[in-house]
Amino acid sequence: MSDIDTADPAIAPIKRPTRWHIAVFLAPAVLVYTAIMILPLIETLRLSLYNLVEGQTVFVGLSNFITLFSDPRLSASFWNALGNNLIFFVIHMAVQNPLGIALAAMLSIPKLRFATFYRTAIFVPTLLSFVIVGFIWKLILSPIWGIAPGMMDWVGLKWAFAPWLGKPDSALIAVSLISVWQYVGIPMMLIYAALLNIPEEVLEAAECDGITGWSQFWKIKLPLILPSIGIISILTFVGNFNAFDLIYTVQGALAGPDGSTDILGTLLYRTFFGFQNQMGDRSMGATIATVMFLIILAGVSLYLFVIQRRMRRYQF
Amino acid sequence: MTRMLKGLMLATTVLVPSALAGVANAADTALTIESWRNDDLSIWQEKLIPAFEAKNPGIKVTFAPMAPTEYNSAVNAKLEAGTAGDLITCRPFDLSLAMFEKGQLAPLSDLDGIKNFSDTAKSAWTTDDGKTTFCVPMASVIHGFIYNRKIFSDLKLEVPKTEDAFFALLDKIKADGNYTPLAMGTKDQWEAATMGYYNIGPNDWKGEEGRKALIAGTQKLTDADWVEPYKTLAKWKPYLGDGFEAQTYPDSQNLFTLGRAAIYPAGSWEIAPFKAQADFEMGAFPPPVKKAGDTCYISDHNDIGIGLNAKGKNPEAAKKFLAWVASPEFATLYANALPGFFSLNSTAVKMEDPLAQEFVSWRQNCKPTIRPSAAIVGRGKPNLDLEMWRVSANVINGTQTPEQAAEETQKGLDSWYKPAK
Repeated sequence: MSDIDTADPAIAPIKRPTRWHIAVFLAPAVLVYTAIMILPLIETLRLSLYNLVEGQTVFVGLSNFITLFSDPRLSASFWNALGNNLIFFVIHMAVQNPLGIALAAMLSIPKLRFATFYRTAIFVPTLLSFVIVGFIWKLILSPIWGIAPGMMDWVGLKWAFAPWLGKPDSALIAVSLISVWQYVGIPMMLIYAALLNIPEEVLEAAECDGITGWSQFWKIKLPLILPSIGIISILTFVGNFNAFDLIYTVQGALAGPDGSTDILGTLLYRTFFGFQNQMGDRSMGATIATVMFLIILAGVSLYLFVIQRRMRRYQF
Repeated sequence: MTRMLKGLMLATTVLVPSALAGVANAADTALTIESWRNDDLSIWQEKLIPAFEAKNPGIKVTFAPMAPTEYNSAVNAKLEAGTAGDLITCRPFDLSLAMFEKGQLAPLSDLDGIKNFSDTAKSAWTTDDGKTTFCVPMASVIHGFIYNRKIFSDLKLEVPKTEDAFFALLDKIKADGNYTPLAMGTKDQWEAATMGYYNIGPNDWKGEEGRKALIAGTQKLTDADWVEPYKTLAKWKPYLGDGFEAQTYPDSQNLFTLGRAAIYPAGSWEIAPFKAQADFEMGAFPPPVKKAGDTCYISDHNDIGIGLNAKGKNPEAAKKFLAWVASPEFATLYANALPGFFSLNSTAVKMEDPLAQEFVSWRQNCKPTIRPSAAIVGRGKPNLDLEMWRVSANVINGTQTPEQAAEETQKGLDSWYKPAK
């Protein structure tokens, strides 16, 4: 058909009216998104190339980045923050996501009683404000007023209690686990939805072939929910490298003890806005923000162009 | 990026109250005081501001405090954006000086009443050449130790004069086992330096003598006099409460006011809140000296002043307010409403509070000094004050030796500070 149409130039193509409604419907989202996301982003990237020289904002090229990576103190705190951020991310990937998958798998057992209750109870912390979560856990773990030492005493584990949030070795792990506690509901819900999407026929066919229980999970369900796990991983990655709020509420902007919980977000906050007697440095803050943006961009690109393309998808 | 956005949103929510206050009293001249003293909100609202408004009809004053650690960055952002209140509470020394040099604070050398203050009082808010004063001095704070008199009399303890006596006393309280000897934690870091290092240190570096030598470059933070206080701090560790590493500043305050701790390494600003909370008698003693008979030094730090926003909307009314702050009347009101913030006014102020009187009485025998990181050496990056917070906490936690701590701070200082030769 189309061959005939284009082959005959005498027949003019039907002139369609301009579809204004598309632009009109897109406009609100585009405008709002541009105003509150794209412009600040571009402005931040621009600011990272400028600096104050004798009170004047001047274009300085990449010199902010050179300072960030060559100044012994600044680069030390940057690498410290990046290292902590990686640990923060690894703990989420190693604890939060497997836990979320396990919870979802258990919830999808048809015979489970009170499934709705568990689902809601596990998801509720995700809806809580990070301020509430931060303060609740700070209180729970407080060696003075907290219930953690008392409860551990009941089961004879008092000796194992330590002021985890105040020790350089354990503070980062403790904060990461608080964050895991708060957000484990999200992978659980996404995986749960993916599991419910698996057609009954597939599972019945598997049962006919004698694949049940654990091996059914590993051989049938897990491959089918892999795309969801990929999405969760990338969400975790972006969330973790943007994280700030929980550390700020639990450990303060200094992210102590001795910078052991300092991640890129808190470093950015202190640099950009300043803290106590240290004045904010917007250009350097924007530089750190740009580096964070590039790290996240690199991670997301890696996922989109390398991992997601190789992932096998199944059509039912 | 979303983090920055959140920050901006936060900034706007901070800005809203002051903007609202401006709208609400459109008929009157509205003045807003930017401050970090949120603990003092009720005192300003109930005592100080009504006293001023009664005398100056037509001027409405709003006290708008925010979190201390965020104050300087927030108030700077507001000043740059032109949304700051007419009156700006001034941190001492380098921070306010930087604001004045940027033209954000107006010079106040010819304000009525500024002559009520001595040069020492004004030194914290005067340019390096000593010519221009840009904030009205309000108060200084003194460091020392506040103790629970009831615990002291129950255990038959005496106020220690020397460091040995101090540690013997701590041992006794610890042996008794019912109370935490020292109420301090290291989680928030600043107490370790402010109530620890700056509190006991002047006895070692000999107050002003050492501080000035540090500025002149003839002494270094790695010298024995500056390392010694870290060594003493490291010895505090066994006397702090269980899990002090995770103990916050409010935790320490509550431990003490609930009567569960015997001694609180303090600044005099704690007097008013402690009076309100504690139901026992309190006493205070200055930092113990090394040997009996040594000259004692105390940290008597010019802490708070108030200045005029150079681009404020109501400079005339604001100046009236500042002149009132400089008056002896304000000094008496303020010093009694907030015992522990000692007036810098040259006119002698009568204070009712015995604990506050105790703190002030040390001025007679001990030589006062200010916090070493406040003036001149506090101007650069890394900020010496913040560095001292961090290493002092590390020393008490035992994660750094006193020598390492001193070396680290000196290295930070060397990276930008070149003493005038």
